[in-house]
Amino acid sequence: MILEDNLGAEGDSVYAALMAAHEGLSEAESHALNARLVLILANELGVPARLAALFKAARDLA
Amino acid sequence: MAYAYTPFPYSPPPGLTAPEPRHPVVIVGAGPIGLSMAVDLALRGVRSVVLDDNNVVSLGSRAICWAKRTLEIFDRLGIGERILEKGVTWKVGRQFHGEQEVYNFDLLPEPGHKYPAFVNLQQYYVEEYLIARAQEFPDQIDLRFLNKVTDHKGHADHVELTIETPDGPYRLETDWYIACDGAGSATRKRMNLPFEGQTFDEHFLIADVEMETSPFGDHDTPERWFWFAPPFHNGQSALLHKQPDNIYRIDLQLGPETDPKAEATEEKVVPRLKQMLGDAPFRLDWMSVYKFRCARLERFVHDRVVFVGDSAHVVSPFGARGGNGGVQDVDNLGWKLAAVVQGDAPPSLIESYDFERGHGADENMRNSARATNFMTPKSPIETLFRNEVLTLAAKHPFARKLINSGRLSQPCTLAHSPLQTAGDAPLRPGSALIDAPLVGPAGDCWLLGAVQGQFALLAVGEITAPDLPGLARIGIDQSHDAYPCFQGKDDHAQRRYGSGFLYLLRPDGHVCAVFDQPDSAAIARAYDRAKGATA
Repeated sequence: MILEDNLGAEGDSVYAALMAAHEGLSEAESHALNARLVLILANELGVPARLAALFKAARDLA
Repeated sequence: MAYAYTPFPYSPPPGLTAPEPRHPVVIVGAGPIGLSMAVDLALRGVRSVVLDDNNVVSLGSRAICWAKRTLEIFDRLGIGERILEKGVTWKVGRQFHGEQEVYNFDLLPEPGHKYPAFVNLQQYYVEEYLIARAQEFPDQIDLRFLNKVTDHKGHADHVELTIETPDGPYRLETDWYIACDGAGSATRKRMNLPFEGQTFDEHFLIADVEMETSPFGDHDTPERWFWFAPPFHNGQSALLHKQPDNIYRIDLQLGPETDPKAEATEEKVVPRLKQMLGDAPFRLDWMSVYKFRCARLERFVHDRVVFVGDSAHVVSPFGARGGNGGVQDVDNLGWKLAAVVQGDAPPSLIESYDFERGHGADENMRNSARATNFMTPKSPIETLFRNEVLTLAAKHPFARKLINSGRLSQPCTLAHSPLQTAGDAPLRPGSALIDAPLVGPAGDCWLLGAVQGQFALLAVGEITAPDLPGLARIGIDQSHDAYPCFQGKDDHAQRRYGSGFLYLLRPDGHVCAVFDQPDSAAIARAYDRAKGATA
């Protein structure tokens, strides 16, 4: 799991692209987009043990 | 036409007039599990008394989906071909979201198996065939209808039972008490054993309808169809299966806020079904409104009382893991109990049934709970993710595999059992055998039919099976005078078992050890281990 910076100089542009993906959506539509995105990213990563670590890292801040 | 129930005759048991000698095995419950148990034991020469409080087969179709592994076990018990002939064979499942098909799966894409992925057949037929089969063993199986067990008391080496009959009560003693008395097991309740797990809040309507026109429409190939948000049933889920005699099984999800008594009436059910079936005439054959749960006993073996099937574990029906799990229990316990009763193995061998089938029950509960959770999301966020999986599935293949309307019953691996010896071969220790077509001295046959039911050494390709006491031998793609040899057809056996391997097989058709050399001492050690010898 990588929790140090992994985006380098592209951090701001990746963040902006994520915001742009939500542009013009209602809150409900944005939640749905986020859910689809999590599923797509999970499949892209494809390693259950790494995913479990990521889920935990996110959960720990809840 | 509705199934014609014929009551089985009651005759006063001998215990009413004089004490009966202690029996080796008493089986409580004459459902599919108890009857399979009796036939399995009879085939091994073990006598049993089967007690049932009723005198007819299952009321309603109940369990209908019999999986390939179960059919292979039924083949060994002598009713497999009858079930195959009468039942509806299927292997494809289709999943719909609204009106659109989003995913389909083929449970047995390759040929070369005697039995298909699934046969649908009403439980009452399976029980009828099992009773007919049991009656072929009059010296081994003592079937007693209208014999209700009202009490039992366990001792270290036997169990005492009190039984109520139309002619009054009597008592029996047995070395082993096999509780096959179903999900509501009276045996379990008398013993105050916790039966814990997960209960689901949703109610489901299960209905069987008889109709001439197929609800599958023009596409009348027997398949399993499942809808999320079906157009004919507001926003929930629906399942459709075909059974023989023009009977179709329909499951409709009704939601948590449902009065099950009010729902299980024709006035409520018929309009619901008409929304799905349209104007085509149908007859309502059977219905029930259920809540599902996944639960198990912590231990299946309590001294001389052994729990088998639903009395030991229950699952939600999505995945067909209830009846099929129970038949695998029987397959696992039968040879062990026979070996113990006949003095060929220590009573501790029965403990391995608890370990191996406890593992199977956990696997079945895990799979059916996951499917039921997917179908009945219990929070807004679960609903959101479930719906987005369905949205993604319309476009992207990865999401189709996440759709879970039931992961259908597969034999579970016994790889972690202490009875197995680790090793490497195309089919690894712990796996259930995979069938394959063979040609032998008597013509075409099947691998499973040639080996199941006994400890056996299967030699494939260029390797000789050594002669060891207690072990049957068969060869594939080789030629020996000392044991029967077969040729594989169309390379199926070779692809599934490789070449140059010896497989040590258990009577329940699982591989318990593999060898690439005919090392008699190593084989004998693995065989002793599989029979429960402690090192």
